[in-house]
Amino acid sequence: MNTDANTNGFLLKVDDLKTYFPVRKGLMRRTVGYLKAVDGVSLAVKPATSFGLVGESGCGKTTAARSILRLIPVTSGKIIFDNIDILAANSARMRDIRASITLVFQDPFGSLNPRMTVANIVGEPLKIHKKITGSELAEQVRLILSKVGLSADAINRYPHEFSGGQRQRIGIARALILKPKLVICDEPVSALDVSIQSQILNLLKDLQQEFSLTYLFIAHDLAVVQFTCDIVAVMYMGKIVEQAPVNELYNNPLHPYTVALMAAIPKISVSPQTSTHRLKGEIPSIFNPPPGCPFNPRCQFAGENCFSQNPPLVPVAGNNEHLIACWHIKK
Amino acid sequence: MPEIDTLLSVENLSTHFFTQQGVVRAVQDVSFSVKKSRTFAVVGESGCGKSITALSIMRLVPEPQGKIVAGKINFSGRNLLDLSEKRMRAIRGNRIAMIFQEPMTSLNPVFTVGYQIEEAIRLHQHKSKSDARDLAIQALQHVRISDPKRRIKEYPHQMSGGMRQRVMIAMAISCEPELLIADEPTTALDVTIQAQILDLLDQLQKQSQMSVLLITHNLGIVAERAQDVAVMYASRIAELSDCKSLFDNPLHPYTQGLLKSLPRLGFTGKRLYTIPGIVPEPLRFPAGCKFHPRCPIGCNDKRCQTVEPQLRQISDGLPRRSEAETGRAVACWFAPGYERPDDPK
Repeated sequence: MNTDANTNGFLLKVDDLKTYFPVRKGLMRRTVGYLKAVDGVSLAVKPATSFGLVGESGCGKTTAARSILRLIPVTSGKIIFDNIDILAANSARMRDIRASITLVFQDPFGSLNPRMTVANIVGEPLKIHKKITGSELAEQVRLILSKVGLSADAINRYPHEFSGGQRQRIGIARALILKPKLVICDEPVSALDVSIQSQILNLLKDLQQEFSLTYLFIAHDLAVVQFTCDIVAVMYMGKIVEQAPVNELYNNPLHPYTVALMAAIPKISVSPQTSTHRLKGEIPSIFNPPPGCPFNPRCQFAGENCFSQNPPLVPVAGNNEHLIACWHIKK
Repeated sequence: MPEIDTLLSVENLSTHFFTQQGVVRAVQDVSFSVKKSRTFAVVGESGCGKSITALSIMRLVPEPQGKIVAGKINFSGRNLLDLSEKRMRAIRGNRIAMIFQEPMTSLNPVFTVGYQIEEAIRLHQHKSKSDARDLAIQALQHVRISDPKRRIKEYPHQMSGGMRQRVMIAMAISCEPELLIADEPTTALDVTIQAQILDLLDQLQKQSQMSVLLITHNLGIVAERAQDVAVMYASRIAELSDCKSLFDNPLHPYTQGLLKSLPRLGFTGKRLYTIPGIVPEPLRFPAGCKFHPRCPIGCNDKRCQTVEPQLRQISDGLPRRSEAETGRAVACWFAPGYERPDDPK
């Protein structure tokens, strides 16, 4: 086993991950530039905790997650999972890794094969990775279905017979049947109705406790992330701009983007509130990012430094766990 | 007490879809009124009938399966359901305009945005081509699109989602409608863009005094943007209220459950409250109150299981805080102040 990777008690450690997509143009399809979907992301996840990646669409949070599973080719960086260097693993080793990192997808309608029964959908990972078949397979499927709150008569039914929330439960059962160490939840509740969201969020929490699961939780909804996660990283244009333990981040957001993101969430209270942190403009095109800090066109504090140099992600004064990439904030 | 003028009143609206599997009662006995220059929100989960209510007001329910089977829609003194299609067309897009959730699919990809805005203006206001172009540029300025003279020549795919939604709004307000129906106007957008678009709608409303009928599933948007609200569940209005009272003191168990189950910023609890069960399918609505199988109060009550409560005006016992406040109405046998005939034998 490859044990040269020292992860210091972290289950997953990502170091300076870069995933660039080449931009091709013209008759010869020459590469004229790169779309930097993930540009130097570092993160570390402790076992049995939840790490949240938040950001708006196109910020690179999903690409980061898929890079960790090597579902898309990574440009550079280092990914250590469970003391294994993922980017150096050969395809057989990668197969094993994919049994211990599983995915829960956003769209419970698109992520289940409509022509397979629930038993086949949920049982397939076991057939492939553990070569389990027959009655043992059926037994395990039944067990995991009961864990996610589906009755045994679901086994022979097809996805279209279920509601959105129930389908998401099927997706969760499929992700958990291999007893993975890390579950990547990619917007698991954003396609669900309000009254179903809380059911699924509670379920994910219960399962985490029962099976000591580690979650990498991707979402755009800060309230959802606050409920589920221990540490949260805010992404903007392929970079982490702020990272902190969940309560620290929500009580003391520092990066102007985080502040604006929180101010933009409609609050459930009718007390009059004036939002002073309204962001101007839109996210710049990722094909042509601004020089310096990627947030500078929308930032009210942007000063000289911000237009020339990209700020590094460094701890704020007095708190090693609170990281921020901003020239404006005094460290 | 001077009453605020009502612009639109919907009375006992029922819209059904006649399918091979049976009759889908998508909207049942829905009544509410939208006041002048105010925002009325209809909130509910997917399939609760909120969008079909909006389409019914526009008379855009897909026929022949869908049909408005009962009710009245009074708009500035006329029942829209009595109008001929020709006269309805003069109102639609002109005096009542609508914006939709997905700005990509509701704009035509093969025409420039300028052409599409001008089309609405020329159709309703009989302007010349060059006048219409000027008005379209003005409309784009109103929705704060920079460099409108250049933007007007662009196609929808050249714009971002937020930009496209601005174009949709420009198109909708180009004829200065009295009522704007916004069906999930920001659901497809990121939160920072969502805030911009909602701010824009607020400003336009203040400038032009138009009323807004806001259809949404997001209670946060309702709290921030609307004055009056109807909560819909399974094709019916469960609760009708002014916004402040609804959030301070929700009366229907469904509203109470929804508000409790939302993860909020600042929530530090270990578990979220959940409403058990799932939203019933329209073809398999339960008997009695449609919420009773999921209701913490009424799940074992004989009346809730058998007799559907109607939406009734009640007094919540609190003094009215202002004359602008609408009376509250609720459809629940157990709501305080809800009149109950004798218990069924």
